[in-house]
Amino acid sequence: MTTENLNAGMDLDDTTRSELERAGVIVSKVDFLYNWARGGSVWPLTFGLACCAIEMIASATSRFDISRFGSEVFRPTPRQADLMIVSGTVTKKMAPQVVRIYNQMPEPKWVIAMGACAISGGPFKQGYNVLKGIDRYIPVDVYLPGCPPRPEAVLQSLNYLQEKIRGMKIEDDPAFTKGRRQYPVPRFTGTDLEPPFNPEVWSPPENPNAQPDEPCESKEEASV
Amino acid sequence: MTTAAPNYELLQQEGLETSLLEISMGPHHPSTHGVFRMDVKLDGETVVELRPVFGYLHRNHEKLAENMTYLSSMPFTDRLDYFNSMTNNWAYALAAEKLIEVEVPERAEYLRVIMAELTRLVNHVTLVGFFVNDLGALGTPLMYAFREREKILDLFEQASGARMMCNYFRFGGLRNDVPEGWLDRTRELVDRFPAFLDEYEQLLCENEIILSRTQGVGNLSRELAVNAGITGPMLRASGVNYDLRKVDAYGIYDRFKFRVPYTDGDTGDCYDRFMIRMLEMRESVAILKQALADIPEGDIIGKVSKVFKPKPAEAYGRIEGPKGELGFYLIADGTTKPYRYRVRPPSLINLTVLRDMCLGGKIADACIILGSIDIVLGEVDR
Ligand code: SF4
Repeated sequence: MTTENLNAGMDLDDTTRSELERAGVIVSKVDFLYNWARGGSVWPLTFGLACCAIEMIASATSRFDISRFGSEVFRPTPRQADLMIVSGTVTKKMAPQVVRIYNQMPEPKWVIAMGACAISGGPFKQGYNVLKGIDRYIPVDVYLPGCPPRPEAVLQSLNYLQEKIRGMKIEDDPAFTKGRRQYPVPRFTGTDLEPPFNPEVWSPPENPNAQPDEPCESKEEASV
Repeated sequence: MTTAAPNYELLQQEGLETSLLEISMGPHHPSTHGVFRMDVKLDGETVVELRPVFGYLHRNHEKLAENMTYLSSMPFTDRLDYFNSMTNNWAYALAAEKLIEVEVPERAEYLRVIMAELTRLVNHVTLVGFFVNDLGALGTPLMYAFREREKILDLFEQASGARMMCNYFRFGGLRNDVPEGWLDRTRELVDRFPAFLDEYEQLLCENEIILSRTQGVGNLSRELAVNAGITGPMLRASGVNYDLRKVDAYGIYDRFKFRVPYTDGDTGDCYDRFMIRMLEMRESVAILKQALADIPEGDIIGKVSKVFKPKPAEAYGRIEGPKGELGFYLIADGTTKPYRYRVRPPSLINLTVLRDMCLGGKIADACIILGSIDIVLGEVDR
C-alpha cells in the first residue's frame, strides 16, 4: 500500500503530505484504515451445501488460490467467520440451520449467495422442498449467478464484496449501531417453513402477475 | 443384519456416576461431506449409538423428472452426484436406450468409456484427498488432488463446455464430438497420470499415521456387505469380486483388458477401502490407454427421433459408477414423460451400514469411516 492510497479522500496538498511523511506522520481516515483491513481479511465460513460447494473449495486450491485476496482462512465455526458463502441449494429442512448459523456469526458479517439455487431455487425451483432464495431470510450482499459459478467467478464476487466493504462508513456499521444482527429462525413444519419469509429483509414482488410461490402441480392432479 | 451395541454398562464407581453424552454432528460439520447429520451417543469417546439423519438436500429430483420430458432430466442427473456427472449421464442414457431401439455408434461408445474412466479418476483422486483431510492432514493432499482434478476438468470443459455439470450424453450417443486435438491432450494426461499416482502413493500409502488411524477401523464383513446391498469399491474392499464392468459388460467394456482389485480377507477396513481406490485408478488408466489407442472415427450419435416417446415399457439401466452401482429405473407410459423415474443411488445404500461400522469405535473414527464410504449428499437425498 502506498501512502497515496492511505491518504485517499484527505484534503492534503503534496508538500504538506511529504513534510508530514518525513516527520513520520501519516494522515488517514479511520474509515479507510478500517475498511482496508477488513476487506483484506475476509474469513469465509466452511459451509458447503451442494454442488456449488465443490467449486468454492476449488477456488481455495492452488490453481485459483483465494489467498491472493486474503480469504484463504476458511473457518469451520461461525464464531470466527466474517463471510458466509451460501453455496448450493437451500432446502426447507436446511433453511433454519442456515439462519441459525448466520445468527451466530459476529459482526461485521457478509453473505454471498452462490449459485442459482441460493439466489432463487435455481433448477430445482419447481420442487416442493426447495427454498426459493436464501435472501428471504437473511440479507445477501453479493449475488453470484451460475450453475455452478466458476471458481474465477467466486473470486470476482469476493472482489465485489471488497469494493462494497471499502464504501462502508464506520458510523452506520451495524457492529456499532445495532449490535449483532440476528433474524428469527424459521420453523420447519414438515411441509413448509413458518413464516415463509422474513419481512425485515424481503418482501414479495409487487408485480401482480408474479407468483413466485406457485406450488408444483403433480402429474396426477393435472391429468384428473 | 444389524449389529448389536457392545455390551454397555454405566460405569458406576463409589459416589461417581457417568452418563452417556448425546451429540449431534452436522448438518454443518466440516467432515460430514455436505449436509449430513449423525446423532451420536457417546460413552467417553466410544460410540454406543449412532443414528444418521439426512434429507437436508432433498431436491425432489425424481418428482421433477416425472414432470418433464425424458431428455430434460439429463442435466438434472448431473446434479445427483456432482463429482461424477458423466457417469450419471451414462446410467440414465443406458436406461432410456433400453426403452427404444437404438444403435450407439462405435466412436460414441469409445468416448463414453473414456469419459467414464476420466470421471472415475476425478472421483477417486478427490475422495482420497478428502479422506486424508478428515484424518487431519488439512489441505496438502487435497491440493494435490485438486491439481489433478483441474487437469481433467479442463478436458471435460473442452469437450462439453462445462467443468462440472457436463450434460454431455444423449440417448443414442453423445451431444457433440470432441474438439480437434482433444484426444492427443487426453493421451498426454493419461501418460503422465501414473507418475502422479506414484507420488501420491509414496506420500500416503505407507504413512505411519494413516496406517495406524485406518487399519482395523470400521470393519465391514463380507456377509454384511453382501446382505446390505453394498456395491462398488466398498464391496470389493470387503473381499467380493464384483464389478459391473465385468459382470454386465455394458457399453464396450468387454473389449478392454483390466483387472478388478479386491481384497482377499473376509472383512474390509478403512485402509482397504482407501487402497482399493488407489489401485482402481491404475486400472482406469489402463482402460483409458486402450480406449484412446483404438478409438475409431465416425458418427457421434445414432438414429433417434427428435421426440423421445417410447412405448409403454419398463427399463433398468445400471453402470459401475465410481461409488458403486448407479441405476435408473424408468416406467414409460407412452407419453413423452416417464410415469415413474427412480434412481438407485450407491451412496445412500452404502451409507446404510454406517452404524454397524461405527459402533464400538471412537468418535474420531466415525468421521474417517464416513469419509471412506464416499458419499455425496446430492445423491443420498436426491
Ligand atoms: S446452482 Fe447448480 S451447481 Fe449450484 S447448487 Fe444449485 S444445482 Fe448445484
